[in-house]
This record gives sequence, structure tokens and C-alpha cells, in this order.
Amino acid sequence: MIAVVLATDATPWVMPSIEYRLLAPILIVLGAGVISVLIEAFLPRSVRRPIQLTLVFTALIAALIAIISLHDDRAVVGQGALVVDGPGLIMQGTIVVIAILGALLMAERGLDPSGDAFAPRASALPGSEDERQFTARGYFQTEIWAFFLFAVGGMLMFPVSNDLLMMFVALEVMSLPLYLLAGMARRRRLLSQEAALKYFVLGAFSSAFFLYGSALLYGFSGSISFPVIAEKLAANPGQSALVLIAMALVAAGLLFKIGAVPFHQWTPDVYQGAPTPLTGFMAAAVKIAAFGALLRLFYVALGGMRWDWIPVMWVIAALTMVVGSVIALTQSDIKRMLAYSSIAQAGFILLGVIAASPEGLAGAIFYLISYSFTTIGAFAIIMLVRDDTGEATHLSKWAGLGRKSPFVASIFALFMLSLAGIPLTSGFIGKFSVFTAAIEAGNTWLVIVAVVASLIAAFFYLRVVVLMFFTEPTEETATVAVPSVFTTIALAAGATVTVLLGIVPQPLLELIIHAGVFVR
Amino acid sequence: MNPSNYIILSALLFGIGATGVLVRRNAIVVFMSVELMLNASNLAFVAFARMHGNLDGQVVAFFVMVVAAAEVVVGLAIIVQIFRSRRSASIDEPNLLKY
Repeated sequence: MIAVVLATDATPWVMPSIEYRLLAPILIVLGAGVISVLIEAFLPRSVRRPIQLTLVFTALIAALIAIISLHDDRAVVGQGALVVDGPGLIMQGTIVVIAILGALLMAERGLDPSGDAFAPRASALPGSEDERQFTARGYFQTEIWAFFLFAVGGMLMFPVSNDLLMMFVALEVMSLPLYLLAGMARRRRLLSQEAALKYFVLGAFSSAFFLYGSALLYGFSGSISFPVIAEKLAANPGQSALVLIAMALVAAGLLFKIGAVPFHQWTPDVYQGAPTPLTGFMAAAVKIAAFGALLRLFYVALGGMRWDWIPVMWVIAALTMVVGSVIALTQSDIKRMLAYSSIAQAGFILLGVIAASPEGLAGAIFYLISYSFTTIGAFAIIMLVRDDTGEATHLSKWAGLGRKSPFVASIFALFMLSLAGIPLTSGFIGKFSVFTAAIEAGNTWLVIVAVVASLIAAFFYLRVVVLMFFTEPTEETATVAVPSVFTTIALAAGATVTVLLGIVPQPLLELIIHAGVFVR
Repeated sequence: MNPSNYIILSALLFGIGATGVLVRRNAIVVFMSVELMLNASNLAFVAFARMHGNLDGQVVAFFVMVVAAAEVVVGLAIIVQIFRSRRSASIDEPNLLKY
């Protein structure tokens, strides 16, 4: 009798079904990360680099093919933890392409006479005898590729996670390797370590906020799944203090990752201190992943609360655009200037988020794509401009670069014009589509702020162009190193996309609109 | 005992943790304060799971423990490295990056 009672009481255990085909992009990249760790453990130093590079590029291209093959699928997978939908796939696809370009930059070895952009041994003390020995013997750290693959895996999960737990785990899988990579620059190692410390402490602080906000959302709704939270919010309209606090906390966690004011303080320090190829990759890919997560959380889970979060976002977007643009004016370091520019750009993308409409979503995605290709290209150029201490990031060393190396300076000018939003570049179409979406949503005053902010921003972008082309070169002026095929490909891809999306944006815009909205 | 008391306790712990991050200067103590914030969230998750009578919150708590362990590995690596090159674990002292 007892056995019968037990059998009826306990819910029968059902084998969870895992949709391997739909999860393939994420599984491929994370699986390659595991293999990469094993390669580090078991293979001799001399063969690691070619094998790691083959693995990284094979995995990324396989993931891209998997993403493209899923273009018609719309599903909730992994027991409701992840979704496959149009916007998610487009963001994943962009992240993988940016990761390929980022890997090309990280693999570059032709620029620095002593090797790549990463420390020969991150454990050796800066300036110590050990470090000189490691450099002299030509050691390289190939562990960066394992970190890199895990970070990309986290980025692929972040914009498609459909519950709070998955989103938190994806956030950490994405961030933890990046904290370490930020501290591994070959040159200016004290700056790099300091950047890693700041990034880590502030990043961990903000993810704790995200987690506590998740706990409160779970307390309100009794579920961690976004669709259920949305249902519970719809069933209990009216403001509850618990939900408002929860929303503020999760928003703080995600806004930190996109670098929105007032959560932006880490951005300039980390962008300046981290190795430049990593900065380029991070500036582009983290922004896409974090905006994807922000869009999904606020559209799917908290869409019913939009009249509570939109006014807060107005203030944050306006502050982000203005503060980013104004502080960028005063910068004398090119990496730091681009960091503040990325803050300002985050503000423009927030306009699309605030529109809370399909047009706003499409505009934000288009803007993210155009911004990421332009940014990674700009950082690729920064890698090339060098003097005998390494990369010449001080703006005074860029004076007259256009006379010395007109070709490279012209490509950099193209990126600056695109970031400033000049017509015939991708940046113009991006700004145009988010501004239109914001006006349609009735946020005209915010668009006016945005236009003023982009005028301020245009000033400092164009100042670099003027500095490069209309100043006489001095003996201070840096020289442009000749890159290997890796950087050349990445640079060419960045420049081509910037121009193409500026001249024929229609195919991509149609693809994004055709992709539809988030699956619930 | 009423589970909502545990929520209040978790909010207090979270507040202590957040204050610790902002006020303390030693990187290790700051880091411990972050861990306190994560564990406050865990307590909230488990208490809410008890209130709602489902297991989601407890599952989250397990994942958070694993993530916190991974964070310790990464964080201590960075802090130890800073300490070795500067002979100090103060958060204020590394100040080469500014303006």
C-alpha cells in the first residue's frame, strides 16, 4: 500500500528534452572552449598557437553557419531557459562575426617587435627579470583563446536567455574571462592590471545588484521565467514597491554592462588599460550582448511595466548622450576618447529601447550592428599607429598622420565620420532609424537632446580628422606599422561594412524587420 | 518562523555588503563585501522559494554558489597580481588611469 501511495504522490520524473540542433551555436562555442583548455593542458607549447587558432576560427565559423541555418526557427528551448527568435539570432550572428574579427586582431603578431598584444606571462611581475626572460625567449600566452571562447559563449547566451538564472549565468560567463583578459596587456602592464581590478570590482558589484533584483522579481512572481513574470505583472497591475525596487536593481546591473551614465565610470579606464585588440572586441561585442539582454528583459518580462521604466530611461538616455559627448571633448588619449564616444553611442541606442516598439527594436539592432563594425575597425587602426614605446595613443602623436600615411588615416577618418553620423556611412542610417522610432513613439524632446549631443560628438570626431589631415607632421608623429593579413582582413571588413551599410542599408533593414519581435 | 523575516535579514545583509564595497579600501575586504551581497541574494531566493512553495529559488541558489566560487578564482588572481606588483591591496592606490 505504501508503495502505491508513494507512486501517486511523487510527480513522475520526466527526462528533460534538450534541443541540440537549436542550441548548436552556443554548444559549439562553449565546447570549443573546453577543448581549448584541454589543449593548454596536454599539448607542448610550440604547437599550441596554430592548433588554438584553427580551433577558434573553425568553432566560430561553425557557429555562424549554425546560426544562419536556424534563420526560420522560432522556439523556446532548454526547458524554457533560452529562446531562438529573429532578433536573438541576428544579435548572435553579429556577435560571432565580431568575434571572428576580434580573434583576427588578437592573433596579430606583426606589429609589436616582441610579439602579440598580450603579456608573455601574465604572472610575471611588470618590469621584473622574469618578464624580460619570458619576452626574450619569445613566450606567448595561448590561454587567451580559452578565455576568449568562453566569453563569446557567454555573449551568445546573454541576448537569448529567457529566465533570470540563465541571464545571470550568461552575464558571468561573459564577464569573468574578460576581467582576466583586460589585465594581460604586453605593454603598460600596470595600467592593464589596474583596468582589470577596476573592471572586476565594479563588474562584480553590478552583477550582485542584478542578482538581488532577480531575487525580488522571483519573490514577486514566484517564477524566474520571463513570460511568467510578464503574466504575473499583467495579473497584478498597479505599482508594487517590490517590483519597482527589483526593476531598478536589475536595470542597474544591465546598464552597467552597456556603460550608461551613471554606471559608466569603469568604461574609460578599462578601454584605455586593456590590450587594444581586446578593447575593440569588447567595445563591440559586449555592447551587442548587453543591449540584447536589456531589450529582452524590458520588452518581454517587464513590458507591462513600461510606463514605470520609460521615464527613468529617458533621464538615463539623455544623461548618457550628453555626458559621454561632453567629456569626450576634453580627452587627449584616443582610446579614452573612443571610450567616452562608446558611452554616448550607448545613449543613442537607448533611444531605440525607450521607443518600446518594433521599429525601436529594429533601429536599436541596426545601430548596434553598424556601431560594432565601425568600432572594431577604429581600434584596429589604433593598433597600427605606433612609436617606439608601443601604441601611440596620445592625440598629439596623431597630428599630421594624414600627411605621413594618407591611406590608413583616411580609413580612420571614415570610421570617425560614421561614428559622428555623417550621411553615406552606416552611422547615419543607424542614427536616422533610432531617431525616427523615437519620434514615432512621441519622444520628440529626447530626439532634440540626441541631435544636440550628436553635434557635440561630431565636434570631437571631426577634431581627430582635422588633426590628422590639416596639421603638419612633427618628429612626435607616430608611424603606421604594416599589419599582417589578420589585421588587414579585420580592418577591411570593418571599413567595407561601414560603407556598405551607409550606401545600401535596405537589405539589412529588411532582414531585421523581417526577423520580427521577441518570442515569448 | 515567518519567512518574511528572512527577506528583511537578506536586505540588511545586502545593504551591509553594498556599504562595504563603497566604504572599505582594501581590495580583499571589498571583494568579501561583494560575496556578502551575493549570499544575501541567495538567502532571499531561498526564503522566497519557501514562501512560494516551489524549488526555482533553491536551484538558483546552487548556481549562484558556483558562480561565486568562479568569481573568487578570477578576483583573487587579479588582486594577488596587483598586490605583487604594487605591494599593496588598496583599491585607491592604483590611480594611473584617470581623466
